[in-house]
Amino acid sequence: MTLQITLEKQLGEINLDIDLNLQETGITALFGRSGAGKTSIINLIAGLEKPDAGKILIGDRVVFDAARNINLPPQKRQIGYVFQGSRLFPHYTVKGNLNYGRRHKDPESLNTIAELLGIEQLLHRYPAALSGGEQQRVAIGRALLSNPAMLLMDEPLASLDEPRKKELFPYIEQLAKEINIPIIYVSHSLDELLRLADQMVLIDQGRVIRHGEVADIWNSEAMLPWQPEQDISVILEACIREHSSRYSMSCLALGDRLSLWTPFIDAPVASRVRMRIHARDISLVRQPAEQSSIRNVIPVSVVDMTSTDNTSACLITLRAGQHILKSSISRWAAEELAIHPGEQLFAQIKGGSISRNDQVANLQPSNAFLIAR
Amino acid sequence: MLSEYEISALLLSLKVSGSAVLFSLPLAILVAWVLARYHFPGKALLDSLIHLPLVLPPVVIGYLLLISMGRQGVIGSRLYEWFGVSFSFSWQGAALAAAIVAFPLMVRAIRLSLQAVDIKLEQAARTLGASPLKVFFTITLPLTVPGLLAGTILAFARSLGEFGATITFVSNIPGETRTLPLAMFSFIETPGAEAEAARLCLISIVVALAALLISEGLTRMAQKRLAL
Repeated sequence: MTLQITLEKQLGEINLDIDLNLQETGITALFGRSGAGKTSIINLIAGLEKPDAGKILIGDRVVFDAARNINLPPQKRQIGYVFQGSRLFPHYTVKGNLNYGRRHKDPESLNTIAELLGIEQLLHRYPAALSGGEQQRVAIGRALLSNPAMLLMDEPLASLDEPRKKELFPYIEQLAKEINIPIIYVSHSLDELLRLADQMVLIDQGRVIRHGEVADIWNSEAMLPWQPEQDISVILEACIREHSSRYSMSCLALGDRLSLWTPFIDAPVASRVRMRIHARDISLVRQPAEQSSIRNVIPVSVVDMTSTDNTSACLITLRAGQHILKSSISRWAAEELAIHPGEQLFAQIKGGSISRNDQVANLQPSNAFLIAR
Repeated sequence: MLSEYEISALLLSLKVSGSAVLFSLPLAILVAWVLARYHFPGKALLDSLIHLPLVLPPVVIGYLLLISMGRQGVIGSRLYEWFGVSFSFSWQGAALAAAIVAFPLMVRAIRLSLQAVDIKLEQAARTLGASPLKVFFTITLPLTVPGLLAGTILAFARSLGEFGATITFVSNIPGETRTLPLAMFSFIETPGAEAEAARLCLISIVVALAALLISEGLTRMAQKRLAL
């Protein structure tokens, strides 16, 4: 399933001009500031708004083509949409809502989806009697049961409080694994990006800035504006080499002889995991210290270093095998160690500082996720 | 308990008001929909025209009906000629007069209710594969039920009380166009029939009160059902 989108639309001040080619099943995050045009993009895809020009192809189905005057109405596009608020129909029960978009009302698929989303117990209630998280789960189920060719999700967690968000993460992760359709997920949250997205599209001022693997973009310059200066991080994706049950740690293979020990990840050996490593948790040394408490001392080469005059910190970009790491050290230390690009150093990473929230166990095939808990 | 005369007037009133409301309801929904959802040149004029019966003296409406819809009227003569339908001096004419007078009240209530329906819900229904027609009948209309009920009962009550347009257009014919208010008027005109007039007055109050109570109950039920 491919999705080809070329769109133009004037949205007040912003001129939306998008050219995207999505090949993936799994979750593609549309990431950007509020007002960057993310929601408009999926509204245009769904047919709720009309582009000024362009073309939208889902697989080989043309749903919009300005040149040929084709503009399928939303109900003919077969696109599921999960809105920011749940938009459940207040006069239908949960079951009625779930059934609304179904053509074949076989009980199995309803039960499967209800079970997947944990809403089996709620079928006879009305939306008003549900919590925000439950409403959003029903809305997801309703969209899925309409048998869509692709699923759009517009910040489905944005209207929920923190505990409800946490409650919903596993369901969405599970979902991406179970259903075999592309999901476009609009978000401006780094956490959601880390936890849910396989691919990402960075949007700014109505344009696509970057499109690709989450880790590649996250670790690039393009994402720096989204990361607070005190909390710059990289995403690292690697396979689990081994577990140490004695110390409750897991070892990631960063390269042939490069290992990174982290708190235990509940996933089998050889499965791929993703984790966030904060720059403030990496320090640099010229020679590996002997008899140190730090388990991870990894040979790295300096790729780049940036500092701004009015801050005390200096951000060093490092390469370890295939992986990018970032270290935030003081400018004083950087000057005293006389660090410059191209030279070899050792990065000390405090394994214990990698929190559970920063780990996502990403099972093979690479699009499937499971949270490490 | 009630005399034959009273029963006849009561039943006629219910028949006239019931038909007036029943036949104008679909048109009222359509007009309310257009006014609630569309912007077009001349919308203010249409809106004013629909509200006109609310502010015109009923006798003016009766007169206009007489010259347009009467047997000799511009439209009425054609209707009679082509379809054999005649509104003049019949209970159908009374229903027509009542419908016109009550129409703005009905449109107002339905329109307010339509405007309150969240268009986002309709969009959601569209993405679930529903045609605009299905969306209207499964989402919009059910969510408008409280307004529909309120509008219908209001129009029904207004129809029950209709006097001026009716007596002007279809006169005061016992058993045909003599509804409760007209019957009461006849008694008031007749010396020594004060008691009969008072009885009809009581009946009118009871019917109107019952209509309002039923409306209130139904609206409450609908709101509970819609979880509003």
